[in-house]
Amino acid sequence: MKARFLVPAALIAVLFGFFWYALGGDYDPQLIESPLINRPAPDFVSPALADPKQAVSLKSFRGQPVLVNFWGTWCVGCREEHPQLLEIQKVTTIPIVGIAWKDDHAAANQWLAEFGDPYRAVATDDDGRIAIDWGVYGAPESFLVSAEGKVIHKHVGPMSLEIWRKEFLVKVNAERGP
Amino acid sequence: MTAELGQIALILALCLALSQTVFGLVGAHRGWANWMAVVRPATIGQAGFVALAFLLLVSAFLGNDFTVQYVAFNSNSELPTVYRVAAVWGAHEGSMLLWALILALWSLAVALLSRSLPNAFASRVLGVLGTISTGILLFILLTSNPFTRAMPAPFDGNDLNPLLQDPALAMHPPILYTGYVGFAVAFAFACAAMIEGKLDQAWARWTRPWTIVAWLFLTVGITLGSWWAYYELGWGGWWMWDPVENASFMPWLVGTALVHSLAVTERRGLFRSWTLLLAIFAFSLSLIGTFLVRSGIIVSVHAFASDPMRGVFILALLAAYILGALMLYAWRAGQLRSSSGFELWSRESFILFNNILLVIAAALIFIGTLYPLILALLKLGTITIGPPVFQLMFLIAIIPLIGLLAVGMHSSWKRARLAPVKTRLIAIAAVAAVLAAILLFTFGGRVRLIVFMGLFLAIATMFSAVSEPIARLRRGLSIPRGAVGMFVAHFGVGLFTLGATAASTYQVEKDVSIALGQSEKLAGYEFKLADLRMVEGPNYVARQADVIISDSQGRVITTLHPQKRIYRVQQQPMTEAGIDVNWQRDLFVALGDDLGDGKWSLRLQYKPLIRYLWLGSLIMALGGILAASDRRYRTAIAGERAAVGAATERA
Repeated sequence: MKARFLVPAALIAVLFGFFWYALGGDYDPQLIESPLINRPAPDFVSPALADPKQAVSLKSFRGQPVLVNFWGTWCVGCREEHPQLLEIQKVTTIPIVGIAWKDDHAAANQWLAEFGDPYRAVATDDDGRIAIDWGVYGAPESFLVSAEGKVIHKHVGPMSLEIWRKEFLVKVNAERGP
Repeated sequence: MTAELGQIALILALCLALSQTVFGLVGAHRGWANWMAVVRPATIGQAGFVALAFLLLVSAFLGNDFTVQYVAFNSNSELPTVYRVAAVWGAHEGSMLLWALILALWSLAVALLSRSLPNAFASRVLGVLGTISTGILLFILLTSNPFTRAMPAPFDGNDLNPLLQDPALAMHPPILYTGYVGFAVAFAFACAAMIEGKLDQAWARWTRPWTIVAWLFLTVGITLGSWWAYYELGWGGWWMWDPVENASFMPWLVGTALVHSLAVTERRGLFRSWTLLLAIFAFSLSLIGTFLVRSGIIVSVHAFASDPMRGVFILALLAAYILGALMLYAWRAGQLRSSSGFELWSRESFILFNNILLVIAAALIFIGTLYPLILALLKLGTITIGPPVFQLMFLIAIIPLIGLLAVGMHSSWKRARLAPVKTRLIAIAAVAAVLAAILLFTFGGRVRLIVFMGLFLAIATMFSAVSEPIARLRRGLSIPRGAVGMFVAHFGVGLFTLGATAASTYQVEKDVSIALGQSEKLAGYEFKLADLRMVEGPNYVARQADVIISDSQGRVITTLHPQKRIYRVQQQPMTEAGIDVNWQRDLFVALGDDLGDGKWSLRLQYKPLIRYLWLGSLIMALGGILAASDRRYRTAIAGERAAVGAATERA
């Protein structure tokens, strides 16, 4: 047996080691701890998707909790998430602020026209600066910002009404205090 | 009772798969003819029981048996009959059963068509296939049982995901799986050869038709998926570089390399250990793809409901199969030495470069798909890799590949004899360059080198694929069907390249908001929103538009009826685009929402030559059919090994 013929087996073994580690519970893309948790949310002021002459700023929502949702028409997960966001928007008064991440404006507007618009406002992030500031892992990704402007929860992957109720509302209520 | 009978059928199938394994491998190892005699009946029985289980699940769907949890989750009494059948593989449990069924059917085909092979070799092949069946059936029974009862049973079902209620998608999984799983046969042949320690040209001749058939199913499956994404998702894109798409594309690339390297092994007895490695990896990548999709390790929404337990189980199975095969390889590969060589411009060289480039393309896609995951695991930060990166990486490997292909078709085995065809090559290149330039100016717009390259290579490939067989016929040479298949498939590659280049460069799209009766211009066509009304489908209601399209002279070409559907049970909106097709272009209209003030949003698209992309892929598959049905694979090959074996040394 020559050593070089063992190379493929060794490569695959390393790969499987990774997979094993990934499955081992230590890693879950949905649970990646954001360094932003309990830190002030990075502010942004950016042209609105609906009308580029208007600006959307996170600060303007201060005083109430906000759900910040990164999405894009190029993202398949966002398409799955979209009907759920519409559901969430129906049952809560907390505004949902969308970030159209590296997206074509026309396509994004078309998307909202076609599938419905759950957002109070959508900011455009053409060069991905906002996503970098927020350390976004991948779209869709959602952050809960408290009334004081702190990031208090994060979810990677499509949101659902159930996740909203079980994970986000709990944090909102805890923040409000007894 | 159906569900319980289905469960019993699966357990019996598992027992038979186990005996297929044990009798096949041990019988062949010991040379016990009476053990080996059990293998074929066990394989046939296993296929019978898996088919029975599958049919019972189908009948549970057809009979709306919502006491079965899987049926309740994925069907509904209003679902049309044809989709009730398709719903069987609409989610995880059923699609795993489909996987097992297809593997059982491939094994059955091997059992029935391998009588001319040496008994011990056939037993080993079926034994290896048996180990895979055993694993997958265990997986289904222990973690993904489709026959679990729902307590209490719901009154009606949850309905099939509306995205999946479509004819192309109904057919997509069975065909794709037939391709994926078909590589298991090549894998089993490779393992059997490694266990025997003997790999000669006869082996390549047996393996090749099986591999080509699996490859052509995979080709058709991927094509269907791409076509579906194009018209159903309403984005007009035909390839998204989504992890699930990548998962099907990597085995295709490696499978394509395998089909070619098998040709060299069959003709010249070369590349033997490399061919083995490709056979192992084509199937391994199919398995890894399934694993990535099912375990939830990579976030994609193509992804089925994920479950870590299932992930651990599949991972253990994968490790057993892939590492097992690669250890066998490490043990045996050193003993397979080729004595003969080949010259630089011979066909062997071209195929060697083809293999290298295809494997590089697959490796780049593999790394691109897994890189974000590995970075995150090593806590080195998080990134996403988008379609533009994949596109660039892929083009780097694929442009030289197509260039070599156009030349390589004219090459001969063993010797470098490109000089006699030099004039013809120059003529083809000149004609292709002129035609590509004409196309480039017809389409107009900015002239880009990469677009010219794409068009040039596409045309040169098609010309080569036509001119070489004509030249051979002129010289009075006959062209065997296998070679006809080769030319046809390569012509398909050219056609695909033409369609892909034109469609991705010259498409025009526009999102407009217009009122009833108004019209909008795009790429010289006029689109008029003539009417809007509500229509009712079996399980959805839809708003349907009449969009009248006329050309620049005002002549009406067609009326399209794009729909926006709301499926009643899942309340999910779906877009059904209206598409007008001819040989030059697609016109595509998707209906959006009511924007108020009597205005509606419409997405209009013009896609030149896009049909050639799918047509080219289907022609590649047709080439596969021709090549696999070559006479030399059909003749009895019982005594052949002795004859061929004399020419090649024993490994």
